Amino acid sequence: MTDDTVPATSDQPGSAYFMDHAPVRNERATFAIVVDNEPGVLHRVVGLFAARGYNIESLTVAETDRRAHTSRITIVTSGTHEVLDQIRAQLEKMVSAREVRDVTRDPLGVERELALVKVRGVGADRVEALRVSDIFRAKVIDTTHESFVFEVTGAPSKIDKFIDLMRPLGLVELSRTGVLSISRGAVEL
Amino acid sequence: MTAHQTQKTAEASAEIMTGAEIVVRALIDQGVDTLFGYPGGAVLPIYDALFHEPRLRHVLVRHEQGATHAAEGYARSTGKPGVVLVTSGPGATNAVTGIVDALMDSIPLVVITGQVPTHLIGSDAFQEADTVGITRSCTKHNYLVKRVEDLPRVMHEAFQIATSGRPGPVVVDIPKDIQFAKGAYLGPKAAVSPHPYAPRTKADPARIREAVELIARAKRPILYTGGGVINAGPRASALLREFAALTQAPVTSTLMGLGAFPASDPAWLGMLGMHGAFEANHAMHGCDVMVCLGARFDDRVTGRLDAFSPGSKKIHIDIDPSSINKNVRVDVGVVGDAASVLEDLIAVWKAQGRKASSEALAPWWAQIDGWRARKGFRYRPSQSVIKPQYAIERLYALTRERDVYITTEVGQHQMWAAQFFHFDQPNRWMTSGGLGTMGYGLPAAIGVQIAHPDSLVIDIAGEASIQMMTQEMATAIQYDLPVKVFILNNEWMGMVRQWQQLLHGERYSHTYSESLPDFVKLAEAYGGVGIRAETPDELDGKILEMLASPKPVLFDCRVEKTENCLPMIPSGKAHNEMILADEVEDIGAVIDEAGRRLV
Repeated sequence: MTDDTVPATSDQPGSAYFMDHAPVRNERATFAIVVDNEPGVLHRVVGLFAARGYNIESLTVAETDRRAHTSRITIVTSGTHEVLDQIRAQLEKMVSAREVRDVTRDPLGVERELALVKVRGVGADRVEALRVSDIFRAKVIDTTHESFVFEVTGAPSKIDKFIDLMRPLGLVELSRTGVLSISRGAVEL
Repeated sequence: MTAHQTQKTAEASAEIMTGAEIVVRALIDQGVDTLFGYPGGAVLPIYDALFHEPRLRHVLVRHEQGATHAAEGYARSTGKPGVVLVTSGPGATNAVTGIVDALMDSIPLVVITGQVPTHLIGSDAFQEADTVGITRSCTKHNYLVKRVEDLPRVMHEAFQIATSGRPGPVVVDIPKDIQFAKGAYLGPKAAVSPHPYAPRTKADPARIREAVELIARAKRPILYTGGGVINAGPRASALLREFAALTQAPVTSTLMGLGAFPASDPAWLGMLGMHGAFEANHAMHGCDVMVCLGARFDDRVTGRLDAFSPGSKKIHIDIDPSSINKNVRVDVGVVGDAASVLEDLIAVWKAQGRKASSEALAPWWAQIDGWRARKGFRYRPSQSVIKPQYAIERLYALTRERDVYITTEVGQHQMWAAQFFHFDQPNRWMTSGGLGTMGYGLPAAIGVQIAHPDSLVIDIAGEASIQMMTQEMATAIQYDLPVKVFILNNEWMGMVRQWQQLLHGERYSHTYSESLPDFVKLAEAYGGVGIRAETPDELDGKILEMLASPKPVLFDCRVEKTENCLPMIPSGKAHNEMILADEVEDIGAVIDEAGRRLV
């Protein structure tokens, strides 16, 4: 979870009026949403975020239960505590939403992401890239004499770190799935 | 037996009919008696099914936006959902304004739109529009029905969703081939939803007790009520009266909530907000416990948010959890239906033996009387020209004993109507509050008159707004609906002119109507009655003439051209910075640079 402090601006949500406030703290949050798997349902979620001016940092979606006709959407967003509460309430209000969970604020929440990383280089950089990938338990899924494609999974912060280390070693292309989440224990969403 | 098996059994014994017949049957089973619509290619099968159905009355409007507003007027005045039937493409897009209006004001509507046949969807076919895409963000929910098997369930769900929880519009888009296809009809009970919509309506008892505790200890309480009380039905209004009497708290209301509490009651403070009552706004600012009941802290109500009622504990009762803590942080949030929550509050209040002390509340009432004495709605009278406020006062006085319903358009006349026309009952006041849709009033009046054929229905209008939907006069004539359109004609888009005067250096950019129709002749052209009043001394006589007419009337009331709507909370200011008509000539000087940028 990252915390950053940004000054409040006149686009303060919910007010048509200017308000001078102390700087607000933005938090990151991951919401897991189980929705009816029907045409346009992703647009409902994305449209809600766009219309109300919320951020989307990443979004993943796929059908998860064919018999129950449900899909699971995992969406990473950021905002003040108040904005995150509002996002949750707005998501819960959607007729197509069956269940909404704030995974970040759930102590049992687990988040994972997968990234495919292409690194181009020769000589010492190429050796170093392979060594770092080993430390991060990344898999090499393709190689040529001058490149690797790595597959790495883990918490988003781990992926970020891996990318930071690969950048000076010749990172040329990157593809990330966005965050998936689930809670520990036997209880289901 | 599982839900799936139940469905299969029901289907086996169900009647087989076309999709169009399923739509019509579902409407009847949902208790619909009237729908407002306009035919076109993609809904012809449904119109064909209507042809043989005497139990459904179809009202042919002249523009699809008119259909949605008429359905809103019908819904708002009866408490039942309004039903609209329009064709694909332009039929659906014309309906969008009314759909957004219903969403903003929480009005239950079921809007059925025709769509091109499924095999043509996506081919840019004639009169094709992505109706579900366009309406996704402006409906409570919407459907594109691609299988006739889904149609009965979708139709029943649409009504359930539109009318329960926080009400709103639901669009059902039905391709033409689905209207022709044959399928099994299932009634409301037999059509099983895999995921029934069931929002919470009963409040958490702990929150109720916290609210009672706060209210009972208040020295300066206030009840701030809104459209949610009207939506919760007449019982909610009755319970509000009882609760106000028990707590001895003063009552104010938003524009949408007028009529839930009787204007004739001594505890009534009048409407609050930008053009609300001086006493209501000052009481909101000075209260120590605020009970917001079915309202949503709209920016027209709160004024400057960081100076909004700074010293009060706030209780917010709303059926929509996302309304709570959206604009204003509250101390106690109560999720529930207004009637159910009021019932619980009253029960706990009585069970705990709470008593409001007149003595303890006396200083608060004395302060309120001081604000009342300021007479915030006072205006400068005239012997020679009709003041718009005077016109509404006379209209109210001359219709007081009548069974009257009022609709409005949007602008200065709407605010003057809210200030000078008074309501003692809910469902009597229909206005476009959230979206502020010019053109709402006449079609809404038509919807009200259809539902209440023997009542007096008046659209208080402006000459600019009325021209956005004048064509609906033809609908009024066709169905013999004697609606009265009372136009406060000042030749200007008055509210915009007022803002230009106050905030844009009197540069009146495109707000004067250089060319207006002769409203008397216009009424006659449609087959109605036109009346014009130009001086104060002829006003009463002309109003009585209007009331006596059995036909639709366009009443051209020529009023003071440059009257401003006051009092007013200037943009960017707080409730206690409200300015009064007799106080300041140049309001522009009061509003600072930041305020000028606001809406």
